[in-house]
Amino acid sequence: MWHNLGQLLRYRGLIQSLVARELKARYRGSMLGFFWSFVNPLLLLLIYSFVFAHILQNRTEGVQPYAVFMFTALLPWTWFQSSLNEATGSLIAGGNLIKKVLFPAEILPIVTILSNMVHFLLGLPILIGFMVWYKVTPDWPQLPWFFVIVAIQFVFTLALALLLSAIAVHFRDVRDLVSNLLTFWFFATPIIYWYKPLFNEFPWYKKYFDANPFTHLAISYQEILFFDGGFGHWQWLLALGGVSVVLFLAAYWVFDRLRDSFSEAV
Amino acid sequence: MSSPAITLDHVSKIYRRYGGRQFSTLKSALLSGDLVRKLRPEETFQALKDVSFTVPKGCTYGVVGRNGSGKSTALKLVAGITKPTIGTVTVEGRISALIELGAGFHPEISGRENVFINGIMLGLTKKEITKRFDEIVEFAELTQFIDAPVKTYSSGMYMRLGFAVAIHVDPDVLLVDEVLAVGDEGFTHKCLDKFGEFKRRGKTILLVTHSLGLVERFCDEAVWLDAGEKKAEGDPTRVVGTYVTDVARQEERFLAASDEKAQHDAGGTGQATPTGPVTTEDHFGDMNQAGEGRWGSGGVQIASVDFQDATGQSTHVFHTGESMRVILGVKASAPVRDFVFGIGLFTADGAMVYGTNTDIEELESDRLEGEATVTLTVESLDLVEGTYKLDVAVHKRDGAPYDYHRLLHTFRVKSRIKDGGIYRPKHRWNFSTAIRFKPPK
Repeated sequence: MWHNLGQLLRYRGLIQSLVARELKARYRGSMLGFFWSFVNPLLLLLIYSFVFAHILQNRTEGVQPYAVFMFTALLPWTWFQSSLNEATGSLIAGGNLIKKVLFPAEILPIVTILSNMVHFLLGLPILIGFMVWYKVTPDWPQLPWFFVIVAIQFVFTLALALLLSAIAVHFRDVRDLVSNLLTFWFFATPIIYWYKPLFNEFPWYKKYFDANPFTHLAISYQEILFFDGGFGHWQWLLALGGVSVVLFLAAYWVFDRLRDSFSEAV
Repeated sequence: MSSPAITLDHVSKIYRRYGGRQFSTLKSALLSGDLVRKLRPEETFQALKDVSFTVPKGCTYGVVGRNGSGKSTALKLVAGITKPTIGTVTVEGRISALIELGAGFHPEISGRENVFINGIMLGLTKKEITKRFDEIVEFAELTQFIDAPVKTYSSGMYMRLGFAVAIHVDPDVLLVDEVLAVGDEGFTHKCLDKFGEFKRRGKTILLVTHSLGLVERFCDEAVWLDAGEKKAEGDPTRVVGTYVTDVARQEERFLAASDEKAQHDAGGTGQATPTGPVTTEDHFGDMNQAGEGRWGSGGVQIASVDFQDATGQSTHVFHTGESMRVILGVKASAPVRDFVFGIGLFTADGAMVYGTNTDIEELESDRLEGEATVTLTVESLDLVEGTYKLDVAVHKRDGAPYDYHRLLHTFRVKSRIKDGGIYRPKHRWNFSTAIRFKPPK
C-alpha cells in the first residue's frame, strides 16, 4: 500500500495530462469553449438567487445579500457533488484502460476530482464578482484558511471517491445510490439556508449537523468569505481534516485490496 | 543462452465467474448481512494451468493456440495487467504491450494530444515523446490528419496511430497480441520491418498470433497452449507442425459430425419423395439452383458416403495433391437396369468445380441388385486450400433421381502454399541462368 502510494508521485505527469485532456475534451466542439466554466456557475447562481431571493423571499436576517451567502458554500458543494458522481463510475468508464494498459487505477478518480476542482476554481471569479457587486468583503486576515479548507475538502472527497469507485466496480447500483444520496446530503447541509436560527429554534438539530462532515466545510467557507467576526469554526475544520486523512488511508487500503479484481470485473 | 527476459514459473490463472452475483444488488448484499461473502465467486474458470516457460533475452517467442486457449491471458500476465493466481511471472526491462491499440485514446481530442497522453501512459516522458513525435506520426502515415480529433479517424488510422506510439516506446520487451491485421499490406510490412529491427537490436518479443507462417518465419522459439495447458514448446516449425496436426484432427471430427447432421436433417434413409424439378437436359445446371438436401424415389439408396485417403483411412481433410477416394455404399430394394452414378464438386460458396457421371462417361448400365459399393478415385486432388462440398447421386438416365444428396458432404483441402483460385495445375518454374533465387531455408 505505501509502495503504491509512493508510485503515485511518479504518475503526476500522467495525472496532469489526463486532467488537461479531460478539460479540453469537455468543451471541444462547443462554441463558447472554456467560457462555459464561467457561464455554468453564473447561471446556477442566477437560478438559485432568483428562486430563493425573489420567489421564496428569503429575508433571513444576517445572511443578506442572500445570493452571495448561498453561493459561498454552493460552489464548493458543486465541486464535491460532481466529483463524487463522476468518480463513482470512473473505473467502469475507464475499463478499457484498466484492462489494456498498465497503470494505477486510482488515477481515474483522482483525475475526475482534479478536473472538477479546476471548474470550481474557475467559478471563483464569478463569486468574487458578486462579492464586489454586493460590496461583501471577506475576512481578510482569515483568508489563508481558504486554501486549508480546499485542501481538506480535496482529501475528504478523494477518500469517498476511492471507496465508492472501487465498490461500484462490483456493485453498479452504487452509482444511482450515490447520486440520490448526494441530493439528500445537499439539503441536509446548511448551504442554501443558515444554520444559526435553526440551532436556536431546535437545539437538538445541532448534533445532526455536527455529524455531517460537509457542514463544517460549508460553515468554514461561509465564515471566511461571507461573515465578519473571525473564523470560530477552525477546530471543527481541523478535526475534519484529521478524520479525512484517516478516512483516506482506510479508503486507499480498501482500494488497494480490491485493485486486482478491477481488470477482471469492469 | 543469455539470462531470461520473461519467466513464467508454474503459473495458473483462475478467473472468477460471478454467476448469480451479476444480478444481485448492493441492497440484497447488505440485507443478507455479508457483503464480503457475496463477493466470493460462485464459479471459476481456469485460463492457465501450471504453465511454465522462459523467454531468453533477445529471443522472439511465439505463442500459438486456438481461441480461448489462454494466449492473451498469458500476455496480460506478462504485461502485469493481471496477476497470476498461483506461480510467479518475472519480466526484466521496460515492457510495451501492443494488446489493444489506442486503448487510451480520447475521441474528442486531436491525434497530436493523444500521442502525448498515450505515450505518457506507456511510460515515456514528455521530452521523449517530443523527440520522437515526428517519427511516430510519419510511421503512422498520419502527417495530414494529426491535428484532427481522433473520432474522425478511420479504424485503420486509429490502429496505426496506436501501433506507432506503442512501438516507439522503445521497450526492452515487446508484447504483441494479434495486431498485425491492422493495416493494409504496406503497413503490415512496415510493422514486420520494425519487429525485425527490434530483433537485430537484441530486444525480446513475445508474439501471440494466429498467423502460423509468421511464427515459423519470424520466431526463434514457440509455445503451443491448448485449453490453458502447455502442449509443446521449442523449435517453432515443430511446434506449429504439432499444432496444425491437432487442428486438422479436430476439424476432421467437426466435419464428420456436421456431415452426419446434414444427412440426418435431410431425412435420413432416402424415403423422401422427389421434390425439386428434374429435367433430362442440363442436369447440373438445375441442380446448381437447389439448396442442400436429399430427395429421390428411393428405388436405389446411397446409404453411406465415405472419404478415404491413399492408405484407405477415412478422413475429411486432404492435402493438395493427395489422392482421394469417394466410396458410396448403395442399396437397391429391387433389381434395376437403368441407373447412373454421378458426383458434383463445389466450392464452399457454391461454384461448381467439377461434375461427372457414369452416363456422361459412356458407361451403359446393365444391372444393380442388393448392396454394392461404388468407388471413385481421384488420383491427385489438385485443389487449392479450402472447404469443398460434394453432391452424390444415383438416378435414371432421363434424370429422375433414385437418391440425390445435394451438398450434403463436406471435406477440407489443406495446403502449405497459399496460392489462389480453385485449381492447382501441376506446374513448375524454369529460369534462365541470369535469374537466381536464394536457396530455400
